[in-house]
Formats: sequence, C-alpha cells, structure tokens
Amino acid sequence: MKILDKDVLADHQGVRIVRLAIQAPDIAAKARAGQFVVLMVREEGERVPLTIVQADPGKGTIVLIAQEAGLTTKLLAGAKAGDSLHSIVGPLGHPTEIKKYGKVILVGGGVGIAEIYPVASALKNAGNHVTSIIGSRTKELLILERELKEASSECIIMSDDGSYGRKGFVTQALKELLEKSTYDLVYAVGPIPMMRAVSTVTKPFGVPTLVSLNAIMVDGTGMCGCCRVTVAGKVKFSCVDGPEFDAGQVDWQELMNRNSIYTEKEKHICRLTGQAQSHP
Amino acid sequence: MKKEPVKIKERDKLSRARDFEEVVLGFSEGEALEEASRCLQCKDPKCIAGCPVGIDIKAFIGQLTKKDYDGAYATIRQKSNFPSICGRVCPAEYQCRKACVFTKKGEPFASQQAINIHFLERFIGDHGAKKGLHLKASGGSKYKGVKVAVVGSGPAGLCCAGELARQGIKVVIFEGLHKTGGVLRYGIPPFRLPRKILDSEINSLKELGVEIHLNTIIGKAKTIDELFGEGFSAIFLGLGAGIPSFLGVPGENLCNVYSANEFLTRVNLMNAHLFPVSHTPINIGRHIVVIGGGNTAMDAARVAIRLQHLAGVPPDTTICYRRTEVEMPARRLEIEHAKEEGVKFDFLVKPEEFSGDEKGFVGKMCSSRCELGEPDSSGRRRPVVIPDSHFEVDCDLAVIAVGLGANKILTSVTPQLKTDKYGDVTVDPQTMETSIKGVFAGGDIVGGEGTVIEAMGMAKKAASAILDYLDRKSKD
Repeated sequence: MKILDKDVLADHQGVRIVRLAIQAPDIAAKARAGQFVVLMVREEGERVPLTIVQADPGKGTIVLIAQEAGLTTKLLAGAKAGDSLHSIVGPLGHPTEIKKYGKVILVGGGVGIAEIYPVASALKNAGNHVTSIIGSRTKELLILERELKEASSECIIMSDDGSYGRKGFVTQALKELLEKSTYDLVYAVGPIPMMRAVSTVTKPFGVPTLVSLNAIMVDGTGMCGCCRVTVAGKVKFSCVDGPEFDAGQVDWQELMNRNSIYTEKEKHICRLTGQAQSHP
Repeated sequence: MKKEPVKIKERDKLSRARDFEEVVLGFSEGEALEEASRCLQCKDPKCIAGCPVGIDIKAFIGQLTKKDYDGAYATIRQKSNFPSICGRVCPAEYQCRKACVFTKKGEPFASQQAINIHFLERFIGDHGAKKGLHLKASGGSKYKGVKVAVVGSGPAGLCCAGELARQGIKVVIFEGLHKTGGVLRYGIPPFRLPRKILDSEINSLKELGVEIHLNTIIGKAKTIDELFGEGFSAIFLGLGAGIPSFLGVPGENLCNVYSANEFLTRVNLMNAHLFPVSHTPINIGRHIVVIGGGNTAMDAARVAIRLQHLAGVPPDTTICYRRTEVEMPARRLEIEHAKEEGVKFDFLVKPEEFSGDEKGFVGKMCSSRCELGEPDSSGRRRPVVIPDSHFEVDCDLAVIAVGLGANKILTSVTPQLKTDKYGDVTVDPQTMETSIKGVFAGGDIVGGEGTVIEAMGMAKKAASAILDYLDRKSKD
C-alpha cells in the first residue's frame, strides 16, 4: 500500500491530475483492463473507487490516475512517494471483455483518458484496429497522449478550445468516423454528459457502445447499493454488475442526480479544510 | 414464589439518543447474583436446547450464584467464543429465554418472567474479558503446521477461526473490508455493541495466533484453488448475506433513498456521524422513513434519530412495517428502545412509490394500508393490501431494510461451488461441507439471513467437521 512514485500529469486552471504508482502485489497479479480499486487515503478518510490504469505483476505495482475533485482526491494528490495509503482493495468489478471485435473506437474525455488506456492496450494486443479519440478542455489538461498513441492504431486529439489537436468535442470526431466507416465497438469513459453524448451519437449507427460508469461507491463489493444505476429498466449495482454497461440503456439523468447526492457536503468539507473545490 | 426479574440498568432515554454510547449498562455484581438466584436449576433444563451453540446455561448460572465467575466464564467459553458479544446482541427472547421454564408454551417470545440469561452471559463475558481469561491454544497440538483459511471475519468466520486456532491450527482470516467483524462492525451500531468490546473479543483471536488479512476479497484477489495452492488444508466460507434487497417500487433510486446496509455502513464503519472529522458524508432528513421490521430496521431508525439530534433537526423518524408489532422479527428490547428514543411506528403499511423534486431527491412516500390475512409459510399472517387505501407521507430520506441476499462475488467465479435458488451455498447439513472437498461454509451464506449466534452455531459445527476432515486427511 506504499506509494512508490507520484507525478503530476496536468496542473492548469485549478485542475490537477496526478499519477501514482502503488505497491500492491495481490492486486497487480490479478488486475485486468476495466477493473478498479477502492482505497482510503487516511484512517478517517472515505472509500473512493479509482480505475486501475496499469498493472505490473512482476514488480507488484499498479498505477492509478486521479483528478483532484473533492477532499479525498486532493489528499491523494498531496501524497508523496514513500507515503502509505490506509487501505486499498481490488481488483473490483468485471474486467472488460477482451476479444477480437474488428474495428473499435475508444473515446476518452479528461481523466477518462486514463481509464480507456488499459482497454485500448488490451484490445490492440487482441488484434483489433483501435482508434482512440482523446479530448480535454485545453492543451495543458491533455494526459497520456504518448501512451494512447502507442496503444492505438490511430489517435485523434480534440480540445474544446482548439489549443491542441482539433477544436471541438470528442463526439464530433466520433460522429465523423462513424459516418465514414463501419465499426464494431465504441467504448467511452469521461464525464457523464460526454458519455451520454457518445451514446446519442452512436445510437443511429447501431454500433455496440460500452461506457464505464462512475457512480458513487462505498464498499465496492455489492454490499450497499449506493452505486445502483438503472440499465434497461433494471436496477444494477455498478460495482459488481459493472462498471461497464450498454450506453444506450443507461438512465443518465438518474445517474447524474445520484452523483450529486453529496455535492453540498463535499463543498463544506473542502471549505473547512481550505481546499477549493474544482469541477469534477 | 419467584421474585420479579431484575431490571437492567439503561441510560436515560433523552440523553442517550444524542450519542452513540452503549444504551444498556449491564448488571452490577449484586444485580447479577439476584437475577441468577431466580433460576430454578431445572432437573431437565430446556434453556440449553434453546441456545444455538448449546451453552450449559444451568451450569454457568449455578457457578454465578456461587460467585465462581471464572468458572462460569470457562463454562460459557466451552461453547461460545464471544460471550460479551452474544450477551449483547442475541435475540434471547426467541432462543434460550423462550425455552426457559418460566415461558408459557406457544408464546411467540419469552415472557417477562423468563431468566435474563443473556444479561447474565454478558456479565460473565465482561468479567472474563476484564480479567483476560480468554482461552489459550492447546499446547503440543497434533495440528502443528496445518493451515486453514477462513473467508470473512463476521460472526461465523470469527467463531470458526477461534475453534480451530484453539486446537493449534494456523488460521488465516481473509476479510474484504478494511476492518474486521462483518455485520458486527458495519451493521450493529456502537450503542448496541461498543467497539471496545468487539475489538477485545477479536483481539483474543490474535492472541491465539490467528492472522487477519484485511482488504482481500476471495473470488477477486484470490480464488479457492489458489488458497489450496498456498498450502491451506481446508477452507471455511463465512461470506454472509451481504446484498441488500430493495422494494422494487418506482422512485426507489431517488437521492436520499438508502439501503439499510449503506446507511449503517456509512455510520458504523465509516463514522459518517462525525463528518467532517471523518470524511464519509451522510445526509440527514427532516422526515425519515425506515421500511422494515427486523433488527436492521431498528438499528437504522435509532441511528437516524441520533443523526437528527446531532444535526439539531427535530427528531422525526418513522418505522413503516407491513405487518403489526407482534410479527416484527426484531428483538423486543430493540423495539422498546426505539420507542423510548422517540422512533414512531406505523404498522400495516406497504410502500408503493417514492416521488421527488426536480433535482431527483425524494420528498414523499405513497403507500397502501394492509390487513392481515392467512398465515404464510413462516407461520406469520400475511399482509394483504386494502384496495384504494393509498396515502402519502412527507419523506425526504428513506432507508430500506427489507432483507438481504447472498453475495455472488465468490460463487460466480467458482462454478464447482453449488448454490441453491437463493444463491446461498449448499452444504451437507451434518458437516457443513460444500460441494468442494475441503471447503466448508456457515452463517448467512448458508442459512440466509439469521442471527449472530446461529451463524456461530453453524461455524462451530463446521469447525468440528474440519477437524475430522484434517484427521482423515492425515491418515491418508
């Protein structure tokens, strides 16, 4: 549970994204693309889920990437190499189904880029033609560009303000690709509005679309139902039934509402601890 | 004839609902002696059969009356590893006390006159803990070098671990959460089971050499086969019934509708009532509704009313149950305590729908009224909805406490592990052995939702079968 290494991937306009390498041999031995951990930074801390971005079974390490949003991610970002986490458990959730689909598009928005990275690598290794579309608000906030380029057959970069790559949202690039050619799978991770927009874009093309949902979790093992989402009219627990679901079947409004349950509390604790809250 | 039962000391109902300190203060020595003296020392004691682990109740009460507290402790510990816990949380009015000769036949629970066996057990348990009388491992064990893995650190796992470790077996417990205890930690609130007591009973296992690996989910981090590969000779599964059931009514996913598991975990395990000192948040409603009639519902309601007090919100917490008070499966004491603390009860209510505001937060609960019909398979009269009896109440926070199901994390990746239609692990009822050789199971993962002591009873049975299994194996 020792943090071996920490570096800052982006730090701009109050948005900070950090990468942590953590000693966790049991998790590293089992982790597969699409899975996550639940960790506590301190004894009095809360339990938060984070995607496993990389796992090195040989070294017994995993890599996590977190964007500062609330108190816990700020504490995480403030940790130094050599510090220890209070607890970490995993790998949790279903792994992504890795097989030869054919042509796949991976869409990553913001810190979601970190979460499509292991899936992109695994899908490319499985012989798929992988097109990654990665996007951020602005140039300074784009992460893992080199890694995604290596993990993809082609990589399209978008920025909201046009400061890097093409100007516009990732969904624009997605739509153009789908209009030009047929694809076998779209896999998207990012803010909820982005994932919802991706599902809207892919629907008319009938291409299977998976999203990895980021519901609020406590235990992460199916014990509490805090992370429940409605998919195809049925209640599912993201932590054990997901976190990946068919994008076209997700009740997005409900997920958005449920993810705001503690917004006030989060603001309160950030004010108290002198940590300004940035947008998640 | 017999004296009146000695009343147990409890904290004042007004002050105790403002904190999480223990409500029942327990017997003094004099009170324990007086209560014990009421026991008739029956020639053919029925109470013992009422205890799921068969504590020799007559003997320990006899020893107690002679002030042989160490002896009484040893008597209890022969059968129960955790007297201080069981003496606090056992629903004695359905178990030992119900079998007490003072209880009339056919009554649903023990009469007032029945000996307060659980309070006497608690007195002796606390005496033993204070004096450090925990049983030691037997020296020169024939099981030297034998390792057994216990999955889950709830009542079943802890009990099995204790039984085996006392025989000199090396026991390793694997626990998924960051703290031990299972439901004793995340479910039962500190005002019923102080953490000092829980920690002390668990620490007694560490003294026996039991190793505890936290944050390890068997089925994810390791499989059953891998545990055998690591040299464990047998495995005990005490996974519990961890999946909350919901009502399946519209609006149940609105914000501030909690499962009791989530609500209680946030407070009991994560200390959300100490927010922001603890970082885990919980919301507090002005009008809180708790659905259900079991101990979980009582715990949730009593936690809720404490949160309201602590937040300076006028207490308004209501338990809605679809049957009447007599059918409530909760401990009678807990129902009384909840009432004293200001929890309101609404019986014969079946929730039909939750509705909320434009931000998705719950605001109202619409329900139907019920009447009791014919008895169902459990022998309890079934609630039948009265047509056109809809009514609406204000409800800005709801807690659903209508039962639990089996967690499938392990069973879904272990197809050779046979389960029944509920997802519970199937075992040989004699040995508690599962469909996998050398893998035993007990507690809620076998019996569905039960009590702490029932889980321990199964774990004890499994532990003795594990010893048999190891003996047979060593002869092969």
